[in-house]
Amino acid sequence: MENLNDQKQDLLAEDSSFMQAKLQRRSFLQFAGAGAAVVALTAAGCRKDRINTPLPSGVTLDFKDDFGVLNYAYALEQLEAAFYIQVASNPPSAFSSAERTYFQDIQFHEIAHREFFKKALSTAAIGSLEVDFSSINFSDRMSVLNAAKAFEDLGVAAYNGAGVRLTNTNFLVVAGQIVSVEARHAAYVRDMISNGSFADLGDAGFAGLNANASAGLDASLTPDKVLAIAGKFVKTKINVINL
Amino acid sequence: MNILNILDEIEKVDGEIYERLSPRRSAMKDFFNVGKKISLAALPLALGSMFQKAYGQTNPANVNEVLNFALTLEYLEYHFYNHALTNSTITFPNAASRQAITTIRDHELAHVTLLRTALGANAVTPFVDGDFDFTGAATFGTAFADVFSNYQTFLKVATAFEDTGVRAYKGQAPVLKGMQVLTTALQIHSVEARHAAHLRQMTAASLNVPLKPWIAYAANGNDTGIAQVNAVYAGEQNTKILDIEITGINGTAVTQTAAAESFDEFLTGSAVKTIANIFIRTRKLA
Repeated sequence: MENLNDQKQDLLAEDSSFMQAKLQRRSFLQFAGAGAAVVALTAAGCRKDRINTPLPSGVTLDFKDDFGVLNYAYALEQLEAAFYIQVASNPPSAFSSAERTYFQDIQFHEIAHREFFKKALSTAAIGSLEVDFSSINFSDRMSVLNAAKAFEDLGVAAYNGAGVRLTNTNFLVVAGQIVSVEARHAAYVRDMISNGSFADLGDAGFAGLNANASAGLDASLTPDKVLAIAGKFVKTKINVINL
Repeated sequence: MNILNILDEIEKVDGEIYERLSPRRSAMKDFFNVGKKISLAALPLALGSMFQKAYGQTNPANVNEVLNFALTLEYLEYHFYNHALTNSTITFPNAASRQAITTIRDHELAHVTLLRTALGANAVTPFVDGDFDFTGAATFGTAFADVFSNYQTFLKVATAFEDTGVRAYKGQAPVLKGMQVLTTALQIHSVEARHAAHLRQMTAASLNVPLKPWIAYAANGNDTGIAQVNAVYAGEQNTKILDIEITGINGTAVTQTAAAESFDEFLTGSAVKTIANIFIRTRKLA
């Protein structure tokens, strides 16, 4: 128990910088409670370790509160960052120098998003995901661009669909701050594939993403649908509860 | 019957009752506190007005206010593009550029229609082309006087409008928190961001300037180099999100520029209104 309390203190100390400044009192208490739950889980995990029982495989996204939504975003940002790191470090030979530069930019944007969630979630963050990009030919320009388009349009759909689940105003604003950057990426990549397709909401790329061309509405999907599509790029098992 | 029991019963058939009653749970708490103090006889009256607010009209007043604000901005954008396409001497350099503006114009019109439908009888009187001065002469003098004859001037103003739109929707999201209409607003918001990204590319190509699809770091936030639109980009240089410094975060090589680019910033309603009013001749936003 002493150890558990220490961990809780550490958790609160680590988070205090932004939580005390930004979160309302009610939210703070709510998240402090969630933090305690996470610590309890960790403690349970330790006990299991002692009797040498393996931890459940994969990561779990628990949508019971905002932490689940943030971890969901963290998972998607991990995926995007891993993709762009691979592209930026070894771009297709057919990439122009402008394309190399912009894919470098996007790489750092996704790293920034990933690291933001990691830091904001602190001890509540899920672990690192193992990716599977075997379906992408990284030496082929069109293969890379089409994969980038799929990731970006899906990312936009994910944030647009998950925003309504957030109860904390600050987190909602941050989600908005990120999704418009993802939409800028999507527009850029789409224009690279076919100039002028930046917002062709009714084209094949938007199929299944719940966009509405005649109403001028972008993609929007619930987390289960997003994860079903993203699943083929992830080796790690993602468990979803309380959705 | 206890009011809390009534609400619990309703919640079984309408899971969103609390959201309908008030998007902010603190307001509900206030109501319960008031409830304790008022007499049982007065309770039905209070309940009645509460449910009328929840179900009698589709949106609470503050939501209608946000939607009408968005509607006005969509009118501004729609008429701007429509004017450029149908009533200007702008020479579009190629079919693709005209098509891109047409795509954007059509989206803005779709947004106008959508928002009017959502607002129903609460929608503002439609704005017409004559309600706007897209040169912003009263504020900018002659800087944008050729907005409908010079393709480059047109692109400068268009880029500023779209980046403003993105920031405007972002700033209003908290009012819509937890409501179904938030998703619709977010779906419009990201379309505006796509427009902005494309217009920035068109501007970069035409003016031969290094404008990126995303907003790069500049000391005053404005990466376009067009001083008149400084207010549109005020604060975009921010690299601290929820008190977390993004530059070099967790030991990564994220530069100040990448940090500023990776998170767009919101604008307050009053900041957006000040910008929009520069271009509104009559019926300025209060």
